[in-house]
Amino acid sequence: MKITVTVNGVERTGDVEPRTLLVHFLRDELNLTGTNVGCDTSSCGACTIHVEGQSVKSCTMLAAQADGLDLTTIEGLANGDILHPMQRCFQENHGLQCGYCTPGMVMAAVSLLDENPNPSETDVRIGLEGNLCRCTGYHNIVKSVLACAAESNGAAK
Amino acid sequence: MIPAAFEYVRADSVDAALSALTEYGDEAKLLAGGHSLIPLMKLRLAAPSVLVDVGRLDDLRYINDAGDYISIGALTRHRDLETSSLLASAAPLLAHAAGHVGDPQVRHRGTIGGSLAHADPASDLPAVALAMGATIVATGPNGTREIAASEFYTGFLESALAPDELLTEIRIPKLDTQGWSFQKFNRRAQDWAIVGVATVRANGSTGVGLVNMGSTPLLASAVMDAVKSGANAADAAALANEGTEAQSDINASSEYREHLVRVLVRRSLEESGLS
Repeated sequence: MKITVTVNGVERTGDVEPRTLLVHFLRDELNLTGTNVGCDTSSCGACTIHVEGQSVKSCTMLAAQADGLDLTTIEGLANGDILHPMQRCFQENHGLQCGYCTPGMVMAAVSLLDENPNPSETDVRIGLEGNLCRCTGYHNIVKSVLACAAESNGAAK
Repeated sequence: MIPAAFEYVRADSVDAALSALTEYGDEAKLLAGGHSLIPLMKLRLAAPSVLVDVGRLDDLRYINDAGDYISIGALTRHRDLETSSLLASAAPLLAHAAGHVGDPQVRHRGTIGGSLAHADPASDLPAVALAMGATIVATGPNGTREIAASEFYTGFLESALAPDELLTEIRIPKLDTQGWSFQKFNRRAQDWAIVGVATVRANGSTGVGLVNMGSTPLLASAVMDAVKSGANAADAAALANEGTEAQSDINASSEYREHLVRVLVRRSLEESGLS
């Protein structure tokens, strides 16, 4: 079946089997390989993208369900060479170790701050419960998200 | 993991969904948010030959004050329930429990109608619907009918919905809530409840729903009767495993669940204000 999605601001079309998962469409058809497949069971969150501005696990959504919707992947966050503030905060705070969970973590964290711009450390830990880091690097991931929130709130004042 | 092949039909109206169900019969499954069904399909534990996608029926995404009850459209997402100011005041147990389903990503996609119709005894919201005395509205070729939540669950992953019916609305009675509690016991964040308990005390009675204590979501009838007869929390909770048929699995034995449910029901009754 034919589908059309807007990915990172660009309209893309594809011809998919109904059973094609969204993450495979993004990776294999659109060559957007920043989104990773981790557990493949909607547990780990490595495949997190934004669908209509909200974090979603793209391994648990059919490409067909995304037809006509607005998607953002990790590739869509930076503005050219300028990293998104969340990406920069992960970099500055060493919010990654092996890096495999990082695209999903960053996408989940951006969605988290959209919904709660001024989270406590507990809010961040609970808000990222859908994302697993098997390096167990959670401490600096939480620090990165809090730094990004503080920076955004500072800029708003 | 890829689901088995199927034919995909997107319904753009309730009528279109009903027509598709009539046309394809038992071969068809309804797809809402997909966060229960797609994982099962990926594991090939479910392999419907037709998926009827009702996920775009935005007409069924609402939370309204309907006078005596709150009406909730079947396509309302967990995130909508979690953040609804109407539910926060009129049905705080539901809003709170919805915020404990899965994780944020799951709550952005999963729907209340999908969760109730999937009829998984390990899901949180069916037990909440039971405790609150919700009514489920089913729409079929011959119109709509109301089904009490207590009559809705008929077996493991089975409900009173006919194959040609669509769950369209959930009605939550507006209760004069004296107290409520949601207890979800699990070992890790985002896990299913090993055992869960939803309690609401309102209008002079107490409703207690149990998660993962049998092949269907259950009401703790013995506990509710005991509270009605004046038992205190500890004495009523001692009856919490009556009428249950907890299974053993990788997370817990049935004996462990029977112990746990009595502990959680006591906590739940106490948290909702029963001494």
